[in-house]
Amino acid sequence: MSKRTASPRQLSSGSDRVFEGLILALAAVIVLVFVLSVYQLGTESWPALQKFGLNFFTSRVWNPVTGEFGAAAMIAGTLVTSLAALVISVPLAIASALFVAEYAPKWLANPVGYLIELLAAVPSVVYGLWALFVIAPILGKWQTSFFTSPENVQTLTRCTELWNRNQTSLECFFVPSSAAGRGLALAVIILTVMILPYTASVARDVIRLVPQDQREAMYALGATKWEVISRAILPYARAGIMGGVILALGRALGETLAVAMVIGDSQDILKSIWGNASTMASVIANQFGDAQETLHRSSVVTLGLSLFLLSVIVNYVARLIIARLTPKGIQ
Amino acid sequence: MMSAATTPRNTRHQLSPARRTKNLVMGGLIVLATAIVVAPLILIFAYLIREGLGAMNLDFFTKVPAPEGETGGGLANAILGSIEMLALASVLGVVVGVSGGIFLAEYPRHPLMPSIRMISDVLAGIPAIVMGLVAYGLIVLHFGFSGLAGAVALGFLMIPIVVRTTEEVLKLVPQTVREAGLALGLPKWLVTLRIVLPAAAGGIVTGVMLALARVAGEAAPLLFTAFGNNQINLDPTKPMSALPLEIYRGATSAYDENQRLAKAGALLLITLIFLTSLLARRASRRK
Repeated sequence: MSKRTASPRQLSSGSDRVFEGLILALAAVIVLVFVLSVYQLGTESWPALQKFGLNFFTSRVWNPVTGEFGAAAMIAGTLVTSLAALVISVPLAIASALFVAEYAPKWLANPVGYLIELLAAVPSVVYGLWALFVIAPILGKWQTSFFTSPENVQTLTRCTELWNRNQTSLECFFVPSSAAGRGLALAVIILTVMILPYTASVARDVIRLVPQDQREAMYALGATKWEVISRAILPYARAGIMGGVILALGRALGETLAVAMVIGDSQDILKSIWGNASTMASVIANQFGDAQETLHRSSVVTLGLSLFLLSVIVNYVARLIIARLTPKGIQ
Repeated sequence: MMSAATTPRNTRHQLSPARRTKNLVMGGLIVLATAIVVAPLILIFAYLIREGLGAMNLDFFTKVPAPEGETGGGLANAILGSIEMLALASVLGVVVGVSGGIFLAEYPRHPLMPSIRMISDVLAGIPAIVMGLVAYGLIVLHFGFSGLAGAVALGFLMIPIVVRTTEEVLKLVPQTVREAGLALGLPKWLVTLRIVLPAAAGGIVTGVMLALARVAGEAAPLLFTAFGNNQINLDPTKPMSALPLEIYRGATSAYDENQRLAKAGALLLITLIFLTSLLARRASRRK
């Protein structure tokens, strides 16, 4: 290329334009994938949306036999599992981020940070397999002992009556309802583990970005390590951590197979945290393959479309928060 | 990194007991919480080694699963299927992903740049199972279940990861390097291809490896695309199996033998994924 004799400027303009066009065309495939996804999900879910309208999202009845489809139970299942997993995982994630960024000496911080990252690399099915074979039997044993102990008999009869009428009370919501170990609670446990690394790694990064002066000023005033963390570090990193939390929420909403394997696949509205339930993603995994009727198939795809839109919104908000704070808040 | 900056020792004896206790308790809780966070990883790995290592014999790598209810067999169909689908997926993921990254990093003033960046970010958050539905509608509905449909779904999932890492490494290449190339009279495309890309090659390879490690474990998008196959199949237009698919089927199967294969498959899969991310991390740290 260095042996070129013609003036480079003349050569470059044409070839540059070709290259730019090529790169742009290939980059446009990204847009194409997005447009095709929207089109595909939109047209496939149209029959269900046309038939049920907004009732699709509020009706609790999901019955392939009678051809009635309402997603309220799965929407509730998705929100309850995701939010519960979020509530449990956020303090744990922030604590582990503090450990890696503030407490651990370097020789320990690196391996621990790496282990937390590996947690995000474990495939969903492997989490599901482990939950099914290891955690479910433990939960099942505990629930059986609850069933068989005499002092719980009254509570159980009371709750069974309520559940049979498709109702629940706050007390009964925490009473075991099956002895298999599978159900909402197991899904929450496994989701908690699965989303931990997302919040933890974002939290660690923003905690490391907190200016050193901030810490030193507090220490100079005689603050303890915890006081420095709670008053100088966490408030400063709050917005960034929030972004990580919302990112983790996006993951939890769309997490599929681990949940599908352990949640028990029941389309009833939740009666007990120990009972069988389903999420939008788990219903797609469990039913799409068998859905023969147009309306059933279309209803399952409508769940996919809703999940798609939900994750677009959640991720957009997360990125907005993270992007807004990077240039100003932290530097 | 700043862990040495602990409470100065000489102030410690002046602390009120309440503040000192609180400090110790919170420190203890943080250590405990970290142990809880890391524990599942160690427990899962230990469990899979205990249960799966025994099943990893020659048959595991060379045979296909025995018919339901019978013993023996292996996951050769899934191992080969995974390798083939990942190879096909990388073609899509790398070509589109690297081009997207080049576009975002090298043409920042292009009017389409902000929307392509935003759409790429949005794609990164779409659940894998939804990509499975999309690939089903685009390909399976017209041509039937196939390894290619699975590869397309996985490729779609790789694109945003590769875009992001490529863009980030390209931005790490100093502007002066580009200016030096342009000053020599090279056209921009040659500067990009011959100077900027080679300088960033290590980071891009790392990004591709991370993307592969991420999608190698995905079973959800393969459920209604590659579908699975009990026999060894190398024809991408036919249904094909993959490790995560066999793990899913085996774990939810009632037969001990299928469960045993699933555990061995899970051990193989996470070992490969961990090794890949370890290598990628090593490579990116060396820079």
